[in-house]
Amino acid sequence: MNFLNQIIQGVLLGGFYALLACGLSFMFGVMRIINLAHGSLAILAAFLLMGFCNYTNLSPFIGLLLVLPVMALLGWALQFTVLDRSLRAGPLIPVLSTFGVAVILDNSMFEVYGANSQSLGPNIGNLAYNSWNLTNTISIAQLDALVFVTAVVVLGGLQIILRYTALGRTIRATASDPAVVDLIGVNARMVYAAAAAMAMVMIGLAGAFLAMRNSFDPYAGGPQLIFAFETIVIGGLGSLWGTLVGGIVLGVAQNIGATISPHGFLIAGHLTFLVVLVARTFGGRIAWRALLPKRAAS
Amino acid sequence: MTSLDAILDARGLTKRFAALVVLNEVDFAIAPGEAIGIVGPNGAGKTTLLNVLSGAYPPNAGSVAFAGHDVTKLDAAERNRRGIARSHQVPRPFGGMTVFENLHVAAAIGGQFSGPAANDICVEALALCGMIKLANRRADTLGLLDRKRLEMARALATDPKLILLDEIGGGLTDAEAQELVLIIRSINARGVAVVWIEHIVHILLQVVTRLVCMDAGRILADGEPRAVMRNPEVISAYLGSGAESAA
Repeated sequence: MNFLNQIIQGVLLGGFYALLACGLSFMFGVMRIINLAHGSLAILAAFLLMGFCNYTNLSPFIGLLLVLPVMALLGWALQFTVLDRSLRAGPLIPVLSTFGVAVILDNSMFEVYGANSQSLGPNIGNLAYNSWNLTNTISIAQLDALVFVTAVVVLGGLQIILRYTALGRTIRATASDPAVVDLIGVNARMVYAAAAAMAMVMIGLAGAFLAMRNSFDPYAGGPQLIFAFETIVIGGLGSLWGTLVGGIVLGVAQNIGATISPHGFLIAGHLTFLVVLVARTFGGRIAWRALLPKRAAS
Repeated sequence: MTSLDAILDARGLTKRFAALVVLNEVDFAIAPGEAIGIVGPNGAGKTTLLNVLSGAYPPNAGSVAFAGHDVTKLDAAERNRRGIARSHQVPRPFGGMTVFENLHVAAAIGGQFSGPAANDICVEALALCGMIKLANRRADTLGLLDRKRLEMARALATDPKLILLDEIGGGLTDAEAQELVLIIRSINARGVAVVWIEHIVHILLQVVTRLVCMDAGRILADGEPRAVMRNPEVISAYLGSGAESAA
């Protein structure tokens, strides 16, 4: 039973990882940018939300109504100040420039907020610890359930937007071939700005839930980036529902690892990621070689 | 023709790539609904002319006016929304999307249609290009001729006043090219001006009423197609390029 509980908790944790990863996945899918500032931006959203809550004494959920639009504007600005210029210089430069953004953000947040660990757990009342007890050993935390449902809604909503709206089709066309969309009146830079804004809304949501369920500090972005990255690689790049599957696989692996050994949580997650990465990189190719006729050495 | 009548009026267009002058003070005007063919040896500047007209890159000198407005400084996306469409030599459909979705983006953004009007123009463009049955196929599953049709249907869905076609017949058999001729004729019959670059002159002459021959960045001859083809300068430009490539 304890094992089953670990799996259920892992699935719920996977919902958080999916929410954390979908902004990173979406930005890569549309703009081909690996945003190394992803984790730091989530922490920035957490600090913005904390600032709002401390100032107004209102619930973080009300604060999201303000923080998410601010994040969207930041995404828009990020596209025109950093990403657009970087993209013109080739695929490697955005990696470097977003790494730079991460360093600047981390240290700026350290300057402003100090090194103390923060949490929004105290700001959400009962939701921080209430749970449904299904059996003696299995209980589902209400916050975890809310995060999981949010992840499903965000991924489903994104799917609907991409498939059924004019904006979504424009984004897909631009992602498919940014060099020719101007032939049909589409300004790729503006589409990228809209995509960056959407990604930042997802990042803002992830940062908010991170702040509610965990503690965070100015340098907490790095590990979050790694979890998001692992989720995407396990789930398959550019696949929305794959992101959810990837998150669940990572979360379950970590929780099972933790039951085996106290240090197993991170190690099991990283090992799963490595196995999937190696399988994805070499598995296909090895199978291919076996099928190909042997070529004479030239 | 005065510049007031012209749907597009380009003056003194010069385009240099480093030291190479690809367009040399070209004047070029297009009347509404006109069908113009452009011929010339490789490197004559034909595609560059289309690129400068469509806004793919700005000219080093000269101006482009479209529908009475100076569009020289506008980018290709903005020019497309104003009514200049173009197709490329190698068709580039949006692969992961269906044929209809390809057109719908064009209608919604380039043509600025919404709701039922957007659907209507897509259906119309599909019908004109003979692609109704392919509407729900994924674009990356199409063969070359259908990709070329899609390229034209997509351009048409932006509701253009002028369509620039770059060697759309390339790589097709004669029978396939004849199908494109019919499509281009019916596009032109709807009042859309057509400028068509093509090496296969006999299919070009089935559509155009005016022929322009370019060589070395200049317009060598411009007028009634048969007269242009008999022009001694045009003949020597072609023979010259033929002799070079044989050497």
